[in-house]
Amino acid sequence: MDESSATYPEDLTYEAALEQLEQIIASLESGDLPLEEALARYEEGAALAAFCEQKLDEAELRVRKWRPGDAVEGETVEFHEWEED
Amino acid sequence: MNPLTISALTTHIVSLFERDETLRDVWVTGEVSSWKRAASGHIYFSLKDSSATINAVMWRGSAQAQAWLPRAGDQVLAHGYVGVYPERGAYQLYVNQVRPAGRGQLYAQFEALKRRLAEAGLFDEERKRPIPAQPRRIGVVTSADAAALRDILRVLSQRWPLVDVVVFPTLVQGSEAPGQIEGALATANYYDAAVEPLDVIILARGGGSIEDLWAFNDERVAQAVADSVVPVICGVGHETDFTIADFVADLRASTPSAAAAAAVPDRAEAAEGLAAARRWLASQAQARLEAERVRLGQLLQRLERTHPQRRLDLQRQRLDERQARLHRTMDRLLERESASVLAARQRLDALNPTGVLSRGYSIVRNEAGQVITAPDQVAPGDPLRVHAAGGEYGVTVER
Repeated sequence: MDESSATYPEDLTYEAALEQLEQIIASLESGDLPLEEALARYEEGAALAAFCEQKLDEAELRVRKWRPGDAVEGETVEFHEWEED
Repeated sequence: MNPLTISALTTHIVSLFERDETLRDVWVTGEVSSWKRAASGHIYFSLKDSSATINAVMWRGSAQAQAWLPRAGDQVLAHGYVGVYPERGAYQLYVNQVRPAGRGQLYAQFEALKRRLAEAGLFDEERKRPIPAQPRRIGVVTSADAAALRDILRVLSQRWPLVDVVVFPTLVQGSEAPGQIEGALATANYYDAAVEPLDVIILARGGGSIEDLWAFNDERVAQAVADSVVPVICGVGHETDFTIADFVADLRASTPSAAAAAAVPDRAEAAEGLAAARRWLASQAQARLEAERVRLGQLLQRLERTHPQRRLDLQRQRLDERQARLHRTMDRLLERESASVLAARQRLDALNPTGVLSRGYSIVRNEAGQVITAPDQVAPGDPLRVHAAGGEYGVTVER
């Protein structure tokens, strides 16, 4: 029952995880789930919430800067200058 | 007579202009007429009042440096010097600074544009798109090296570092700013539009004078904000500054930092929500388990009252009791029996001849092995055997 042991795909986003969590809560609120399924969902919900919390803790702002190209197309480059104080 | 060439005369006139204190450095006030920007970027115009006019030119470099540029009919203050254009034999004002003559005129322009755009429907509430609650990608249209950008990125980083930010650098003041802002907004709208378009654009500029902010009162900027497919949050100047771009934007924020805060949720609030969700899940799971336990307990009670096993168990219990009684009875019987065996054994021991011998009695036998119990069974001289507790020995009868 260790929540942190739940693993999620690397590309699972905070938003997607939060949506899953909301669906789980909604399904539990509507009730009538068999006990085992309900317990599995409680666990899954707790793991998703922990996953989201972790995402919030670990997130770092990613900043890129648009650089107009010689041709029509431009490109973006990493932008870090703002971090220096 | 010593005639001068035209060039020599013109050179003389030029030197007179150059020596004159007033002509070398002058502020003039007048109305702009025949405003024309050449392909080179230089601007040719005239300034006039009710009784005089002067041709004027503003080189491209000066024009780009202006926060605000007039249109024909505007009253302006212009600074520069008066010089000669020899090929035409004309003098003109070389302008390097231009300002509106009095802010009243700027406000009049502002009000006129605002009224026109309002009538065109650009400020209508129905046009405004909602700002997404949880954006993934944010575009920032502002100057790349201004404090406003750092403020925005710092707020985003503190509140919601889950977003990806793309900065679209642009001039935010000067005559070229409106065109650049327009271009940057268009670029931001095209950016990755087919794959993952931006969720929201922040259009921002730090505080400054009304002239500094003038680019955001430009019709091109207003139209670009209106045309943006991606919702736009506008944060220009300070709390009290309102620009046309603010009115057109989907959301007006008072400052660049406020615009950033309005663009994203708050991480601390989200964390609280998640903690609450976890508590709810845990308490619900607990409550569900408890309810199931109670239900199960009730079912078990009912089951026990009706199940045949219950009767079997009763029978088994009775059987067990009877078996126990049987065992106890047998034990008592055995005890009693063994007591009588012990008594019999003691009596037997008393009768054992060996026991008698040990008290000092002896058994006397003749040679035939017969036990001698009376004197008439022996004659003097007969050999006899004496059987004592310690062993046997021979004796002879004397008389």
